Parts: sequence; structure tokens; C-alpha cells
Amino acid sequence: MEDPKSPPHPLQRLMDNPWLLLLLSLLILILSYTGWGWFELANLPPATLP
Amino acid sequence: MANFKDNEVRTCDTTGLPVCLNAQFFIKLNAVCAVVFLLIGALAAIGLALTRWPAVHLLPADWFYRVLTLHGLNMLIFWILFFEIAILYFCGTTLLNSRLASKKVAWVSWLLMIIGAVSVDVAIFQGNSDVLMTSYVPLKGSPLFYGGIILVAVGTLVGVFNYFGCIYIAKRDKTYEGSVPLVVFGATAAAIIAVGTLLHGAVVMLPTFAWSMGWIETVDPGWYRLIWWALGHSSQQVNVCAMVAVWYLIAYLAVGGKPLNETVCRTAFVFYILFINIASAHHLLVDPGVGTEWKIWNTGYAMYLAVLASMIHGFTVPAAIESAQRGRGYTAGLFTWLAKCPWKNPAFAASFMSMGIFGFIGGITGVTLGTQQINIIAHNTLRIPGHFHATVVGGTTLAFMGLAYYVVPLIFQREYPLKPLARIQPYIFAVGIVFMSLTMSFAGSYGVPRRHWDVEFTGSALGHSFDPGATLMLAGVGVGGTLAFLGLLLFILLTVWAVFLGKSNAGSPMEHWTPPLPPVADEDMEHKTPGAFALVILLLVCFAVYYFANWKALADVWWVR
Repeated sequence: MEDPKSPPHPLQRLMDNPWLLLLLSLLILILSYTGWGWFELANLPPATLP
Repeated sequence: MANFKDNEVRTCDTTGLPVCLNAQFFIKLNAVCAVVFLLIGALAAIGLALTRWPAVHLLPADWFYRVLTLHGLNMLIFWILFFEIAILYFCGTTLLNSRLASKKVAWVSWLLMIIGAVSVDVAIFQGNSDVLMTSYVPLKGSPLFYGGIILVAVGTLVGVFNYFGCIYIAKRDKTYEGSVPLVVFGATAAAIIAVGTLLHGAVVMLPTFAWSMGWIETVDPGWYRLIWWALGHSSQQVNVCAMVAVWYLIAYLAVGGKPLNETVCRTAFVFYILFINIASAHHLLVDPGVGTEWKIWNTGYAMYLAVLASMIHGFTVPAAIESAQRGRGYTAGLFTWLAKCPWKNPAFAASFMSMGIFGFIGGITGVTLGTQQINIIAHNTLRIPGHFHATVVGGTTLAFMGLAYYVVPLIFQREYPLKPLARIQPYIFAVGIVFMSLTMSFAGSYGVPRRHWDVEFTGSALGHSFDPGATLMLAGVGVGGTLAFLGLLLFILLTVWAVFLGKSNAGSPMEHWTPPLPPVADEDMEHKTPGAFALVILLLVCFAVYYFANWKALADVWWVR
């Protein structure tokens, strides 16, 4: 049986911390989707028109 | 220890839970507004369904696109966001034994949202913002249109932070022990996803507003699409989280179902929080500006963890129901527990059908259409609305309707009239929306485009005719849409009647929708749930067949030698 005095599992601590979850959510969205996509659009070479 | 001020709390006569009266007021206010916008969206919907039905072709071209704009914004944004704010205030107070963080902030949130939403609808009816919900640049709406959306986004953000305030003071005042309840955790996941979503909404609409005012010359269309979809698709992920939280809540209220393992359910919500927002990239799969690596990473790999989360919930919610039902003694065979469920309780029926429609139609089509290679044969066809009408309407809206069958008696303290009609309402709506969604998908498979006034190209110099089967499917869209509209209208009429004229139940428990089920103790809960497992296997088989059939359809597009 789990010792009630033992510190919570790290996953449980993450789940009990909405602020950290909010930060991670924004971080992944901004890095993976927005930032990367924006970077690609900003570095798009101009099309060579016929 | 509760933190309510004197005269700001009542005890629910049915559940025994405390109800913060300030929160109750704003739950009612936001829920009523939500239903009003649902009605506007529904009236627009029937116009659209009867226009896409070629034999009827109700609206002229300009009104079709105006009504389509109205429908998208009222259904996908206003109805959903107002109802979600109501859910957040309920979860952040009653379920945490705590008070509303701030009444003034709740007023600010509501005022911004209502002014914004009304502004958008006025702008649409003025006829100078026929830009559809997506308002893709270079289509230009009026400043009132963009300003209204900004106000709605900011107002909703304010409401979300009021919810964060609720969970902060509840933890500070120790109004609950241990972790927050699972339903609150789900609502928190929805609130977290909403922050990123609404920030993107505000960011994309500010330059567009400036452009509509003439302050800047252009807005880059590629950039607009990238940022807009982090609002457009992610806002539907907020719905998914809120909907799943509602599934858990109704499973508990209707049959006493409790998850077999809450950690697994919470982990699934964490997957949503971390990975579901990047799924917005589906909408850019045929865009030339972003590269293949970006597309494949954001629509595969990490995003599949969010799909895994949905599959976990798709098992744990029915498993919770099965566990409780088997604990009551309904142990014969695979599905006796399911047959003995309270199907005459409209809340339960709506919630369970929402799960089925969301998973079997919305989920399977969503993952398939989100595959980069397959997307090329489906993009901008009616298959896309066929998919999201199964997720947002058959899934979220139906689940929210189910919740209303408890919210009105418990929060408004009014009983629904004409209960036999209320009992069949979710079935009418579900059958209509399933029929409409499937026929939309099949019409899309024939190549019928979405957002198109006349697929018969009447009077066009360069005409095109689809297979006659497409016309039959479009008629199905009209029939299914009409049936869903009737189901929705019935829901609104019953709810409005209940709220304003219904019999008060203040001082006594709500009238049960069905005879009370035999009680089940925690130790009697069955931990083997073969029926739910069988349903999950059925889902996987359906998915495999649909997925590989689509690869076959892709291979048939042209000859590869």
C-alpha cells in the first residue's frame, strides 16, 4: 500500500498543476505549429513569374 | 472547507451539492444566450440544407453565402462558447465546493461576448461581410465583423481566466481534498486549450480589422490561414474536451458510472492539452507555403497522441457505465448492461449517442481525412463538413443538449414539460444528423465541393455534371438536415418552455427522467468490461476498413505504371 507521506508521483504533480499544463500547452503549440509554420512562410522564396 | 459568503449559496435539493448563487446567475445567463445563438444558427442551417438539395435550391446565391457565414459563426463559435463558459462556472464552483472568483469579471466577460456576437450578426445582415466563418483573406468583411470576433475572443478569455480564478481560490481555501474531480480536470483541459486558441484568434483578427479599416494595405493570405486555423480548429478541440467532461458527468449522474482508473482518464486529458491544438495543421495540408515536414509532424506523430486520448475516453466512458451496470447485476452476455441502460433518460441517450456518433463517424473520418496523402482527394469537398457535423453537432451539440436535461432542473430549478417529447428529442436529432453527415460524406466522395451554392452550375459557360448518385446524396443532406432541424427546434422549444414557464422544483428534488436504478456500491463495481472492449474493437475494425478503402480510392485516382 502506498505510503501517504511519500511525495506524489511526478505525473500526478503535473496533473495537479494547471499552470504548468497551460505553459506546456502554449509552448508546444507555439513551437510546433505557429512558430515553425510562420518561419517557413517568412522564408518562402518569391515565385518566379512566367 | 467551503468559502461561500453568507446568502450566496444554496444546497441542491437533488444532489446535495452547494450551488454558488453568483455562479448560478451567470450559468443561467450564458446558457440562455447559448440557446438563442443555437436558434439563430439552426434557422440558418435549414436554409442551407434546403439550398444544397438541388430539387429545392431555396436561397439565392448572395443569401446562401450570407446565411452560411451566419450559420458557421453562430453554431461553431457563439453557441458553443457561451455554453462552455456556463460549464466552466459550474465546474469551478459547485464541483469544487467553492464560490465564483469574481462577479465583476463575469459581467465583463459576458458583456464583451454578447456585444461582440451581436455585432458580428448585425454585420452579416448588413450584407457587407459575406466572407464565411473562415473569412479567408482577401475576402474582406466590415470592421464591425472583425471587431465583433475580437470582442468575443477577449470576452471568452476573460471568462476562462475567471474560471482559473475559481480553481485558484478553491485550492487556496482548501475547499476540496486531493486532486480536483475528473470532470473539473476535463473542464480545466478545455480552458487551457481555449487560452492558446483565443490568443491566436485575437492575433489574427487585429491586422484583419486594421485592414478592413484601411489602416494597412494587405494581410498575407498564407499567414492568415496559418494563424486563423489555430483559432478555427482549436476552438473545436475545446469542444472535444468539454464534451468528454460532459460524458463523464452524465455517466455518473444517470447510472452512477465511475471510471475504472482515473489516472488513465487524466493522462488522456493531458494528451489533449499538450498535443491536440497542433491538429489545426490538417487545414493546411494542400497549402503550398508550409513544407511537408511541418505538415507530417503536426498531423501525424505527436498529434496521434491526441487521437490516442480520444480512444482512451472512448473506452473508459462506456466501461464506467458497464462497470456500474454489471455491479447492479446486469451481467448476462456482452451487452445486457447496455440494453438495461436508462434509454428513456434524454440526458443519457444524448450522451451515449454523442459518443457513438463522435467516435464511429467523426473520429474515423477525421483521422482518415487528416492523413496527408488521403487529404488530397477530400480537401474542400463535402466530406469535410460531413466529418465535422459528426464531431461538433452529433458529438458536442448532442452532448450539451443532454447536459441541458440536467442543467435546467438542477440550476434553473424548473422541470421540463411534455416529458415524452423530451425523451424522443435526442433520437430525432441524432438520426437526422447521422443521415445528413453520411450523405454529405458520400456526396463529397463524388467530388461535390463544400461551400457551393449550385453544384449543377446552371447557366455556366463551363458546366460540369456530377454522377447522378451525387444528386441523390445531396437530397439526403436536405432530408437529414430537415430532420435534425426539427429535433433541434423541439429541444429549443422544450428548453425555453421549461426555463420560463416550467414547473418550479425549488425545495424538492428534480423529477427523475426514469425510475431510479438500483443503487450500486463501489465495491460491487465490476472491473471486467468485455462489452466496452468489444465496442472498441468494433470501432478499430470500422476504422481499418474505412482507412484502407480510402487508400484504395487514392490509388484509383490515376494509373500508376
